[in-house]
Amino acid sequence: MKLTHALSALPFLGILGGIFFANNAEPYVLGLPFALFWVTLWVVLTALIMAIVYRLDHR
Amino acid sequence: MNAALAVIVAVAALAIGLALRARRGHDMDLEQWSVGGRGFGAIFVFLLMAGEIYSTFTFLGGAGFAYGSGGAAYYILGYGTLAYVLSYYLLPAVWRFATPRRLVSQADVFTSAYDSRALGVLVSVVAVAAMIPYLALQLKGLGIIVSQTSYGAISSTAAIWIGAVALSLYVAAAGIRGSAWSAAIKDILTLSVVLFIGIYLPLHYFGSFGEMFHRVEEAKPGFTALKGDQLTPVWFSSTVLLTALGFYMWPHTFGSALAAKNEDVFRRNAAFMPLYQLLIVFVFFVGFAALLQVPKLDNSDLALLSVAKDAFPQWFVGVIGSAGVLCALVPGSMLLIASATTVAKNIVRGVNPGMSDGATSRLSKLMVPAIALAGVAFVFAGGQTLVTLLLLGYALVTQLFPSLVMGLAAPGRVSKQGAMAGIVAGVGMVAAMSFAGATPETASTVDTFIGGLPSFLGQLNLAIVALLVNVLVTVAVSAFTRGSAGVPSGRFRRDVPAAEHAIVER
Repeated sequence: MKLTHALSALPFLGILGGIFFANNAEPYVLGLPFALFWVTLWVVLTALIMAIVYRLDHR
Repeated sequence: MNAALAVIVAVAALAIGLALRARRGHDMDLEQWSVGGRGFGAIFVFLLMAGEIYSTFTFLGGAGFAYGSGGAAYYILGYGTLAYVLSYYLLPAVWRFATPRRLVSQADVFTSAYDSRALGVLVSVVAVAAMIPYLALQLKGLGIIVSQTSYGAISSTAAIWIGAVALSLYVAAAGIRGSAWSAAIKDILTLSVVLFIGIYLPLHYFGSFGEMFHRVEEAKPGFTALKGDQLTPVWFSSTVLLTALGFYMWPHTFGSALAAKNEDVFRRNAAFMPLYQLLIVFVFFVGFAALLQVPKLDNSDLALLSVAKDAFPQWFVGVIGSAGVLCALVPGSMLLIASATTVAKNIVRGVNPGMSDGATSRLSKLMVPAIALAGVAFVFAGGQTLVTLLLLGYALVTQLFPSLVMGLAAPGRVSKQGAMAGIVAGVGMVAAMSFAGATPETASTVDTFIGGLPSFLGQLNLAIVALLVNVLVTVAVSAFTRGSAGVPSGRFRRDVPAAEHAIVER
């Protein structure tokens, strides 16, 4: 498996799989219930990951 | 007319005026009308995509779903994000296939990939069927905005008719270039309004975001996570996956992919489009603030405007309503144009290949009000919430995903009979469950129909099961029909000769 493909799979793991472990109101992070913080965190991480994938693909 | 409605009417008139102005100087042949030529650069395509993605659903439906169902609403954040990851791989493949062949629509791509006009017609019928609830959603949203900001002066029935007329006028004025310009205004207005009210309302009423969420949890323990009986993490994951796969299967999102100048646009977008999703978090804040401040609304979709009316003077409610109106007009116009051209070009001309360009173009313009009427009928037919309408559309349109991906990635492995049988099976299941009364908030999961299953199966979104059946039927039927007339002709598999590229990149 190429590195870029493995990286692209991470957001799926984080959002689709991670929610089972992050499904709580507590602890609150930045004022957000943990479940909301978790999904929001992955939105930002996904942008970062796809920027890295883009760089790797355009070397 | 009150101050709120006056602001809204002014903004709607500005949008229609801009659309008219943008159109001047452009020929209106069919190809230009539907994909605006292939001359859009990165920023334009970005605005265009953002324009369609931020619809009334994000604005009113997102707040309403958070208000009504709490943590389940987070699915909206997740599916767009994952769809952009998919788009990094999917859209360049579609673009590479479509551009040298000068394919201008989704149906053209299926027809060409499987060398089957019948498949193109089937795909178009499914796509139009999926777009009707999506269009109904925009009309319903327009209706809510107009009736709410009239402070009761305009009934919601009259407001929906006004919305349908405004939308048809806008489309008649615009074509695709008009939408791109209005999308720019809409994005700036939506961004400012949502950021402002999403931050202001929690701070104004509760002092901090944390305090607001603590109070929600005190009133309804577990509400800000997925702790309900129906809308569990299993529902969340299956729904996020389903809707992420369907994200680019709409003829209008698919169409904007065909409009790009080069395939790298999509890859660059994939890195920054997810950030656009963050805006939705602020929409959730509004929904949760409304839950504490204006509880017990009959219709959860009224949450955003109800809390706004509680907090702000009329003219500012008008500004919020204007953002909402643009959020309905811009994507609504894309939906209407896409459905009208799909019916004329891919269904009617698909069945009568001899139809002239002129007749097809005239028919697609005639279809605009006809389809708007179908949307109105759909709104009046049922009392669904915005999220129910969206999930119904997605349940249908995602059924096109397997045969598109298999057709592009492994040409010849799936037969046209297999693709058609799979789509019919998947759509048939979705239709059956819709007629059986399944709605996302009450009964969209497997255990509504089959009791006694372990929870990880019972709480799956039903449409994902339909998708699985679709794939199995596609593969099984292809195994029996492969090697017959169903194999796509070789010319679609090889790279297109350089000369053909030269024509397109003129």
